[in-house]
Amino acid sequence: MRVLAVSGSVRRDSYNTSLLRALAEEAPAGVEIVLWDGLKEIPPYDQDEDLTPGPETVEELRTVLRSADAIVFATPEYNSSIPGALKNALDWASRPAGQSATRNKPVAVIGASAGAFGAVWAQAELRKVLGAMQARVVDVELAVGHAHEKFDEQGALIDGTVRQALRDALLAVVADATTTAPEVAVAA
Amino acid sequence: MSIAEQTRTAPAGTWHADTVHSSVAFEVPYAVATFGGEVPDFEASLVDGVLTGVARIASIAVKDENLKAHLTSPEFFDAERHPEVRFVSNGFRADGDSVELPGEITIKGITRPVTLEGTIVGPAVDHFGKNRVGLKLSTTVDRTAFDITWNMPLPNGEPALSNDVTLKADLTFVGE
Repeated sequence: MRVLAVSGSVRRDSYNTSLLRALAEEAPAGVEIVLWDGLKEIPPYDQDEDLTPGPETVEELRTVLRSADAIVFATPEYNSSIPGALKNALDWASRPAGQSATRNKPVAVIGASAGAFGAVWAQAELRKVLGAMQARVVDVELAVGHAHEKFDEQGALIDGTVRQALRDALLAVVADATTTAPEVAVAA
Repeated sequence: MSIAEQTRTAPAGTWHADTVHSSVAFEVPYAVATFGGEVPDFEASLVDGVLTGVARIASIAVKDENLKAHLTSPEFFDAERHPEVRFVSNGFRADGDSVELPGEITIKGITRPVTLEGTIVGPAVDHFGKNRVGLKLSTTVDRTAFDITWNMPLPNGEPALSNDVTLKADLTFVGE
Protein backbone atom coordinates (compact mmCIF):
# COMPACT_ATOMS: atom_id res chain seq x y z
CA MET A 1 0.00 0.00 0.00
CA ARG A 2 1.25 3.44 -0.93
CA VAL A 3 0.38 6.42 1.26
CA LEU A 4 1.11 9.79 -0.27
CA ALA A 5 2.24 12.45 2.20
CA VAL A 6 1.52 16.05 1.21
CA SER A 7 2.90 18.99 3.15
CA GLY A 8 1.14 22.32 2.88
CA SER A 9 4.40 24.15 3.44
CA VAL A 10 7.24 24.66 0.96
CA ARG A 11 9.66 25.98 3.60
CA ARG A 12 12.89 23.98 3.68
CA ASP A 13 12.73 23.30 7.44
CA SER A 14 8.94 23.09 7.62
CA TYR A 15 7.52 21.53 10.77
CA ASN A 16 4.75 19.98 8.71
CA THR A 17 7.20 18.37 6.30
CA SER A 18 9.20 17.15 9.30
CA LEU A 19 5.99 15.74 10.76
CA LEU A 20 5.43 13.74 7.57
CA ARG A 21 9.03 12.47 7.65
CA ALA A 22 8.35 11.22 11.16
CA LEU A 23 5.13 9.66 9.89
CA ALA A 24 7.19 7.73 7.33
CA GLU A 25 9.34 6.37 10.17
CA GLU A 26 6.20 4.88 11.70
CA ALA A 27 5.06 3.06 8.56
CA PRO A 28 4.05 -0.52 9.36
CA ALA A 29 5.17 -3.42 7.20
CA GLY A 30 3.59 -3.31 3.78
CA VAL A 31 2.98 0.44 3.87
CA GLU A 32 5.17 2.76 1.83
CA ILE A 33 5.03 6.49 2.58
CA VAL A 34 5.89 8.70 -0.37
CA LEU A 35 6.48 12.38 0.30
CA TRP A 36 5.27 14.62 -2.52
CA ASP A 37 7.43 17.70 -2.93
CA GLY A 38 6.06 19.29 -6.08
CA LEU A 39 3.97 22.02 -4.47
CA LYS A 40 6.25 24.86 -5.57
CA GLU A 41 5.99 23.79 -9.19
CA ILE A 42 2.20 24.07 -9.46
CA PRO A 43 1.11 27.17 -11.42
CA PRO A 44 -1.76 29.36 -10.26
CA TYR A 45 -5.09 27.81 -11.18
CA ASP A 46 -6.29 29.25 -14.47
CA GLN A 47 -9.39 27.96 -16.20
CA ASP A 48 -7.88 29.02 -19.53
CA GLU A 49 -5.12 26.46 -18.90
CA ASP A 50 -7.51 23.87 -17.48
CA LEU A 51 -7.42 21.67 -20.57
CA THR A 52 -6.88 17.96 -21.14
CA PRO A 53 -4.08 17.41 -20.48
CA GLY A 54 -3.41 20.23 -18.06
CA PRO A 55 0.02 21.70 -17.25
CA GLU A 56 2.69 19.00 -16.88
CA THR A 57 3.25 19.48 -13.15
CA VAL A 58 -0.52 19.42 -12.56
CA GLU A 59 -0.89 16.14 -14.44
CA GLU A 60 1.98 14.73 -12.35
CA LEU A 61 0.13 15.77 -9.20
CA ARG A 62 -3.14 14.20 -10.39
CA THR A 63 -1.29 10.98 -11.22
CA VAL A 64 0.38 10.68 -7.81
CA LEU A 65 -2.89 11.44 -6.04
CA ARG A 66 -4.86 8.90 -8.10
CA SER A 67 -2.22 6.17 -7.75
CA ALA A 68 -2.01 6.54 -3.96
CA ASP A 69 -4.05 4.19 -1.79
CA ALA A 70 -4.43 6.93 0.80
CA ILE A 71 -3.17 10.46 1.40
CA VAL A 72 -2.03 12.22 4.56
CA PHE A 73 -1.96 16.02 4.47
CA ALA A 74 0.02 18.02 7.01
CA THR A 75 -0.84 21.67 6.88
CA PRO A 76 0.35 24.84 8.54
CA GLU A 77 -2.10 27.67 9.12
CA TYR A 78 -1.82 31.03 7.41
CA ASN A 79 -4.25 33.71 8.56
CA SER A 80 -6.55 31.12 10.13
CA SER A 81 -6.80 29.08 6.96
CA ILE A 82 -5.19 26.76 4.40
CA PRO A 83 -1.94 27.99 2.80
CA GLY A 84 -2.70 29.41 -0.64
CA ALA A 85 -0.23 27.15 -2.45
CA LEU A 86 -1.87 24.01 -1.06
CA LYS A 87 -5.39 25.22 -1.80
CA ASN A 88 -4.29 26.14 -5.30
CA ALA A 89 -2.85 22.66 -5.92
CA LEU A 90 -6.08 21.08 -4.66
CA ASP A 91 -8.15 23.30 -6.93
CA TRP A 92 -6.23 21.85 -9.90
CA ALA A 93 -6.56 18.32 -8.51
CA SER A 94 -10.34 18.67 -8.19
CA ARG A 95 -10.70 19.12 -11.94
CA PRO A 96 -12.13 18.11 -14.42
CA ALA A 97 -15.55 18.49 -12.83
CA GLY A 98 -16.78 15.25 -11.32
CA GLN A 99 -13.39 13.57 -11.82
CA SER A 100 -11.52 14.86 -8.80
CA ALA A 101 -8.16 13.11 -8.32
CA THR A 102 -9.09 12.56 -4.68
CA ARG A 103 -12.53 11.04 -5.37
CA ASN A 104 -13.22 8.21 -2.90
CA LYS A 105 -9.62 8.42 -1.68
CA PRO A 106 -9.11 7.90 2.05
CA VAL A 107 -7.44 11.06 3.35
CA ALA A 108 -6.29 12.21 6.77
CA VAL A 109 -5.45 15.76 7.81
CA ILE A 110 -2.90 16.63 10.47
CA GLY A 111 -1.04 19.83 11.15
CA ALA A 112 1.63 21.62 13.12
CA SER A 113 2.21 25.23 14.05
CA ALA A 114 4.58 27.21 16.22
CA GLY A 115 1.57 28.61 18.07
CA ALA A 116 -0.52 26.82 20.65
CA PHE A 117 -3.29 25.45 18.46
CA GLY A 118 -1.55 23.26 15.90
CA ALA A 119 -3.27 24.67 12.82
CA VAL A 120 -6.72 23.45 13.87
CA TRP A 121 -8.61 26.00 11.76
CA ALA A 122 -6.58 25.25 8.66
CA GLN A 123 -7.12 21.56 9.27
CA ALA A 124 -10.89 22.02 9.58
CA GLU A 125 -11.00 24.00 6.36
CA LEU A 126 -8.82 21.47 4.58
CA ARG A 127 -11.18 18.67 5.62
CA LYS A 128 -14.08 20.69 4.24
CA VAL A 129 -12.26 21.24 0.94
CA LEU A 130 -11.33 17.56 0.66
CA GLY A 131 -14.95 16.57 1.33
CA ALA A 132 -16.05 18.82 -1.51
CA MET A 133 -13.38 17.10 -3.61
CA GLN A 134 -15.23 13.83 -2.89
CA ALA A 135 -12.44 12.37 -0.79
CA ARG A 136 -13.14 9.96 2.06
CA VAL A 137 -12.11 12.14 4.99
CA VAL A 138 -11.01 9.82 7.79
CA ASP A 139 -11.82 10.87 11.35
CA VAL A 140 -8.29 11.68 12.49
CA GLU A 141 -7.24 14.56 14.75
CA LEU A 142 -3.66 15.58 15.32
CA ALA A 143 -2.85 19.21 16.07
CA VAL A 144 0.79 19.71 17.00
CA GLY A 145 1.12 23.05 18.78
CA HIS A 146 4.40 24.66 19.88
CA ALA A 147 6.02 22.69 17.08
CA HIS A 148 9.46 24.24 17.71
CA GLU A 149 9.54 22.29 20.99
CA LYS A 150 8.64 18.98 19.33
CA PHE A 151 11.51 18.74 16.83
CA ASP A 152 15.28 18.96 17.23
CA GLU A 153 17.52 21.20 15.12
CA GLN A 154 17.76 18.54 12.42
CA GLY A 155 13.95 18.37 12.18
CA ALA A 156 13.66 15.00 13.93
CA LEU A 157 10.55 14.47 16.04
CA ILE A 158 11.51 14.21 19.69
CA ASP A 159 8.06 14.07 21.29
CA GLY A 160 6.85 10.57 22.12
CA THR A 161 3.19 11.57 22.50
CA VAL A 162 3.12 13.13 19.05
CA ARG A 163 4.88 10.08 17.62
CA GLN A 164 2.24 7.78 19.07
CA ALA A 165 -0.54 10.01 17.71
CA LEU A 166 1.12 9.93 14.28
CA ARG A 167 1.18 6.15 14.40
CA ASP A 168 -2.52 6.08 15.33
CA ALA A 169 -3.40 8.51 12.54
CA LEU A 170 -1.52 6.45 9.99
CA LEU A 171 -3.15 3.21 11.13
CA ALA A 172 -6.59 4.83 10.91
CA VAL A 173 -6.13 5.93 7.31
CA VAL A 174 -4.51 2.63 6.33
CA ALA A 175 -7.40 0.72 7.90
CA ASP A 176 -9.87 2.79 5.93
CA ALA A 177 -7.93 2.27 2.70
CA THR A 178 -7.95 -1.49 3.14
CA THR A 179 -11.76 -1.51 3.21
CA THR A 180 -12.20 0.67 0.13
CA ALA A 181 -14.16 -1.16 -2.55
CA PRO A 182 -13.55 -0.66 -6.27
CA GLU A 183 -15.02 2.57 -7.52
CA VAL A 184 -18.53 2.45 -8.92
CA ALA A 185 -18.69 3.94 -12.38
CA VAL A 186 -20.56 7.24 -12.33
CA ALA A 187 -21.91 8.35 -15.65
CA ALA A 188 -21.19 12.02 -16.25
CA MET B 1 -67.59 -3.22 -5.80
CA SER B 2 -65.63 0.01 -5.92
CA ILE B 3 -61.86 0.19 -6.36
CA ALA B 4 -61.57 1.49 -2.81
CA GLU B 5 -63.26 -1.59 -1.42
CA GLN B 6 -61.06 -3.85 -3.53
CA THR B 7 -57.86 -2.42 -2.04
CA ARG B 8 -58.55 -2.82 1.65
CA THR B 9 -56.11 -5.72 1.57
CA ALA B 10 -52.86 -5.89 -0.30
CA PRO B 11 -53.09 -7.07 -3.89
CA ALA B 12 -52.42 -10.80 -3.95
CA GLY B 13 -49.86 -12.38 -6.23
CA THR B 14 -46.68 -11.06 -7.80
CA TRP B 15 -46.39 -7.61 -9.35
CA HIS B 16 -43.36 -5.91 -10.88
CA ALA B 17 -42.88 -2.19 -11.30
CA ASP B 18 -43.14 -0.87 -14.84
CA THR B 19 -40.13 1.36 -14.28
CA VAL B 20 -40.69 3.41 -17.42
CA HIS B 21 -43.93 4.64 -15.95
CA SER B 22 -42.69 4.87 -12.37
CA SER B 23 -40.30 7.12 -10.51
CA VAL B 24 -38.23 7.20 -7.35
CA ALA B 25 -37.29 10.66 -6.22
CA PHE B 26 -36.25 12.83 -3.30
CA GLU B 27 -36.92 16.39 -2.17
CA VAL B 28 -35.07 18.40 0.43
CA PRO B 29 -35.44 22.03 1.53
CA TYR B 30 -32.30 23.90 0.45
CA ALA B 31 -31.66 27.54 1.41
CA VAL B 32 -34.94 29.23 0.43
CA ALA B 33 -36.70 26.57 -1.63
CA THR B 34 -36.97 22.84 -2.23
CA PHE B 35 -34.46 20.97 -4.36
CA GLY B 36 -34.97 17.47 -5.70
CA GLY B 37 -33.76 14.73 -7.95
CA GLU B 38 -34.54 11.24 -9.16
CA VAL B 39 -32.92 7.84 -8.96
CA PRO B 40 -33.96 6.39 -12.32
CA ASP B 41 -32.20 3.03 -11.99
CA PHE B 42 -34.45 1.09 -9.61
CA GLU B 43 -36.51 -2.06 -9.33
CA ALA B 44 -39.60 -2.74 -7.26
CA SER B 45 -41.86 -5.69 -6.74
CA LEU B 46 -44.98 -6.40 -4.76
CA VAL B 47 -45.28 -10.04 -3.77
CA ASP B 48 -48.35 -10.98 -1.76
CA GLY B 49 -48.39 -7.52 -0.26
CA VAL B 50 -44.65 -7.25 0.49
CA LEU B 51 -43.11 -4.29 -1.30
CA THR B 52 -39.40 -4.54 -2.07
CA GLY B 53 -37.55 -1.71 -3.77
CA VAL B 54 -33.92 -1.16 -4.67
CA ALA B 55 -32.57 2.08 -6.11
CA ARG B 56 -29.01 2.35 -7.41
CA ILE B 57 -27.47 5.61 -6.27
CA ALA B 58 -24.91 5.76 -9.09
CA SER B 59 -27.81 6.69 -11.37
CA ILE B 60 -28.89 9.68 -9.29
CA ALA B 61 -30.10 12.37 -11.66
CA VAL B 62 -29.71 16.05 -10.85
CA LYS B 63 -29.08 18.99 -13.15
CA ASP B 64 -25.36 19.45 -12.56
CA GLU B 65 -22.57 16.90 -12.88
CA ASN B 66 -20.62 18.44 -9.99
CA LEU B 67 -23.66 18.04 -7.77
CA LYS B 68 -24.11 14.45 -8.90
CA ALA B 69 -20.46 13.76 -8.10
CA HIS B 70 -20.92 15.33 -4.67
CA LEU B 71 -24.12 13.39 -3.91
CA THR B 72 -22.48 10.07 -4.76
CA SER B 73 -19.35 10.93 -2.76
CA PRO B 74 -18.59 9.91 0.84
CA GLU B 75 -20.07 13.21 2.11
CA PHE B 76 -23.50 12.08 0.94
CA PHE B 77 -24.56 8.59 -0.21
CA ASP B 78 -21.05 7.10 -0.55
CA ALA B 79 -22.14 5.15 -3.63
CA GLU B 80 -18.82 3.37 -3.81
CA ARG B 81 -19.34 1.52 -0.55
CA HIS B 82 -23.12 1.68 -0.41
CA PRO B 83 -24.36 1.51 -4.00
CA GLU B 84 -28.03 0.84 -3.17
CA VAL B 85 -30.90 2.27 -1.19
CA ARG B 86 -33.30 -0.52 -0.27
CA PHE B 87 -36.79 -0.73 1.20
CA VAL B 88 -38.64 -3.86 2.31
CA SER B 89 -42.12 -3.60 3.78
CA ASN B 90 -43.31 -5.70 6.66
CA GLY B 91 -46.96 -4.68 6.74
CA PHE B 92 -49.75 -3.29 4.61
CA ARG B 93 -52.55 -1.15 5.98
CA ALA B 94 -55.26 0.26 3.78
CA ASP B 95 -58.21 2.52 4.48
CA GLY B 96 -60.09 3.18 1.29
CA ASP B 97 -57.44 4.32 -1.16
CA SER B 98 -55.07 5.42 1.58
CA VAL B 99 -52.25 3.02 2.40
CA GLU B 100 -49.45 2.72 4.92
CA LEU B 101 -46.54 0.37 4.37
CA PRO B 102 -44.34 0.02 7.44
CA GLY B 103 -40.96 -1.49 6.74
CA GLU B 104 -37.23 -0.98 6.85
CA ILE B 105 -35.15 1.30 4.70
CA THR B 106 -31.40 0.98 4.22
CA ILE B 107 -29.45 4.07 3.24
CA LYS B 108 -25.65 4.25 3.33
CA GLY B 109 -25.58 0.82 4.94
CA ILE B 110 -27.78 1.88 7.87
CA THR B 111 -31.16 0.19 8.26
CA ARG B 112 -34.00 1.91 10.10
CA PRO B 113 -37.75 1.45 10.40
CA VAL B 114 -39.88 3.77 8.32
CA THR B 115 -43.49 3.91 7.16
CA LEU B 116 -44.34 4.80 3.59
CA GLU B 117 -47.69 6.54 3.27
CA GLY B 118 -49.79 7.28 0.25
CA THR B 119 -52.48 6.00 -2.02
CA ILE B 120 -53.29 2.91 -4.01
CA VAL B 121 -55.21 2.69 -7.26
CA GLY B 122 -56.43 -0.58 -8.77
CA PRO B 123 -56.00 -3.35 -9.53
CA ALA B 124 -57.39 -2.29 -12.86
CA VAL B 125 -57.08 -3.63 -16.39
CA ASP B 126 -55.00 -1.42 -18.67
CA HIS B 127 -55.36 -0.73 -22.40
CA PHE B 128 -53.28 -3.83 -23.20
CA GLY B 129 -55.38 -6.11 -21.03
CA LYS B 130 -52.80 -6.31 -18.22
CA ASN B 131 -53.61 -5.91 -14.56
CA ARG B 132 -52.09 -2.83 -13.02
CA VAL B 133 -51.82 -1.44 -9.53
CA GLY B 134 -50.59 2.03 -8.72
CA LEU B 135 -48.87 2.99 -5.48
CA LYS B 136 -47.96 6.60 -4.78
CA LEU B 137 -45.86 6.63 -1.62
CA SER B 138 -43.71 8.99 0.37
CA THR B 139 -42.01 9.35 3.69
CA THR B 140 -39.72 11.83 5.38
CA VAL B 141 -36.47 10.71 6.96
CA ASP B 142 -33.81 12.49 8.97
CA ARG B 143 -30.77 12.06 6.72
CA THR B 144 -28.37 12.46 9.64
CA ALA B 145 -29.73 9.16 11.04
CA PHE B 146 -28.17 7.59 7.95
CA ASP B 147 -24.80 9.33 8.37
CA ILE B 148 -25.52 11.92 5.67
CA THR B 149 -24.50 14.94 7.65
CA TRP B 150 -23.08 17.44 5.14
CA ASN B 151 -24.15 21.03 5.62
CA MET B 152 -23.02 24.60 5.08
CA PRO B 153 -24.10 27.57 7.15
CA LEU B 154 -26.00 30.40 5.50
CA PRO B 155 -24.86 33.95 6.33
CA ASN B 156 -27.63 34.09 8.95
CA GLY B 157 -26.13 31.06 10.68
CA GLU B 158 -28.88 28.67 9.68
CA PRO B 159 -27.89 25.46 7.86
CA ALA B 160 -28.31 25.56 4.08
CA LEU B 161 -29.63 22.02 3.75
CA SER B 162 -32.48 20.54 5.76
CA ASN B 163 -31.94 17.31 7.64
CA ASP B 164 -35.46 16.17 6.73
CA VAL B 165 -35.60 14.63 3.27
CA THR B 166 -38.80 13.48 1.59
CA LEU B 167 -38.49 10.23 -0.35
CA LYS B 168 -41.09 9.62 -3.01
CA ALA B 169 -42.00 6.57 -5.04
CA ASP B 170 -44.66 6.74 -7.71
CA LEU B 171 -44.97 3.14 -8.81
CA THR B 172 -46.99 1.40 -11.48
CA PHE B 173 -47.07 -2.36 -10.99
CA VAL B 174 -48.00 -4.92 -13.61
CA GLY B 175 -49.31 -8.31 -12.50
CA GLU B 176 -47.60 -11.50 -13.58
